[in-house]
Amino acid sequence: MDGGALSKTLAGMARELVGRHPGMAGTVFIGIRSRGVPLARRLARLVKEAGGVEPRVGALDITLYRDDLTRIAPNPVMKGTDIPFSIDGQTVVLVDDVLYTGRTVRGALDELIDFGRPARIELAVLVDRGHRELPIRADYVGRTVATSPDANVQVMLREEDGEDRVLLIDSQPRVEPPPPRARSGAARRRPPSRRRERA
Amino acid sequence: MSFGHRHLLGIESLAASDIQTILDTAETLREVLDRPIKKVPTLRGKTIINLFYEASTRTRSSFEVAERVLSADSVSIAAATSSAQKGETLLDTAKNLEAMNPDMIVIRHASAGAPHFLARHCRPAIVNAGDGAHEHPTQALLDALTLRQRKGRLKGLRVAIVGDILHSRVARSNLWLLSRMGAQVVLCGPPTLIPAGIHALAPVTHRIEEAVEGVDAIMMLRIQRERMAGGFLPSDREYHMRFGLTEKRVKLAKKDVIILHPGPMNRGVEIASEVADGPYSVILEQVTNGVAVRMAVLYLLLGGSAEAVA
Repeated sequence: MDGGALSKTLAGMARELVGRHPGMAGTVFIGIRSRGVPLARRLARLVKEAGGVEPRVGALDITLYRDDLTRIAPNPVMKGTDIPFSIDGQTVVLVDDVLYTGRTVRGALDELIDFGRPARIELAVLVDRGHRELPIRADYVGRTVATSPDANVQVMLREEDGEDRVLLIDSQPRVEPPPPRARSGAARRRPPSRRRERA
Repeated sequence: MSFGHRHLLGIESLAASDIQTILDTAETLREVLDRPIKKVPTLRGKTIINLFYEASTRTRSSFEVAERVLSADSVSIAAATSSAQKGETLLDTAKNLEAMNPDMIVIRHASAGAPHFLARHCRPAIVNAGDGAHEHPTQALLDALTLRQRKGRLKGLRVAIVGDILHSRVARSNLWLLSRMGAQVVLCGPPTLIPAGIHALAPVTHRIEEAVEGVDAIMMLRIQRERMAGGFLPSDREYHMRFGLTEKRVKLAKKDVIILHPGPMNRGVEIASEVADGPYSVILEQVTNGVAVRMAVLYLLLGGSAEAVA
């Protein structure tokens, strides 16, 4: 995906957001560090262009909520969480670049809930590459890409990397290719009916 | 970022980049203290033992708060109520605690080198919370964090450290840290409280007016009565007259000078009350930063994989 395709994709996501949340009142965007933050800022601007109120944008650093901290070394660089507004009663749209195992989103949900009680949390991702390890799905997906588990999806943004680009990098070919994982449209699956018993 | 240390035994063994890493991490973690729910699950399932052979209010509670905020489980042992009173040696105590399989021991001890001794003989990560008159690394780090927040940098700052240099582990750790980060330190105190040979590390003066002239920060040290059996000082009153930080003396420093004190303060001895409570004082900011710095140390030592670091 080059810069033009990326902008188009984001504009499409913004329209979908405005479509589902008319006016965008009571909606805030929270980007997951690192690349979710510039994406959230861009989406917020695009939402305004699409006729909505520009949502406020916060940043979430999930390092302290990772489930693999004791397995990785050295310690990951922390950039800090910065949510300069209350999320109580708001619709929070979490924004990230790539949805993969779902573990990052799990951490983000835990952290968000320690900040308050949003009315609803939704998830917007630029790329869904499948291979979920947790029962998590996105509400807004820019592009669904079928990937092999050891491929690497690299999102580059001009704010962080100097240019806009999405690369699918296949790992070096193995002697025996891995069995293709059934992906039976998991990313496109309809969301389960909203449960309200805990409301 | 890499923090390739298993223990935090002192500032002397840290590189400038290590200090930078700890301060940057602390700066980020400080935000957690302002959250509505001041707890993150980062060190869930880690056990920390706080082993305090000397009295402490700030350091111990600060470590305990940091441990709780990061969700570690901790046990605090004060020597006054422990088996040390029954004659158990440090090594025996440590070996017994080690058998409970903690991930970290935070130790304060009256003897210099006690944490280093534990690091040689025990498996858990060791953090020095003050060893005799040797080092108090987390204090120097929180002082540095406070200085950096207020002044925007450490390099090139002029800092006076005034008081009982002889007995002060805070002075030693700060001297290492500040010189490593490119600040200029001047030491000041009565000749009886200046250790021999320290002239090699920093300029020394016996006149406080000379020490504080034009400095960016003044660190006042506590007169450590408990470590003074002999005649180090004629009287508190005379000390205050010669070396106490008064409003008049503060005026000799830069206009935007900040005053630090590691606590506990002897009001009217090393520091006048109007200075301690005055606009230049950052003493309470130091305490908040202390929690952040200790969170950073715990995170950097216990957050990553121990095997991969060792």
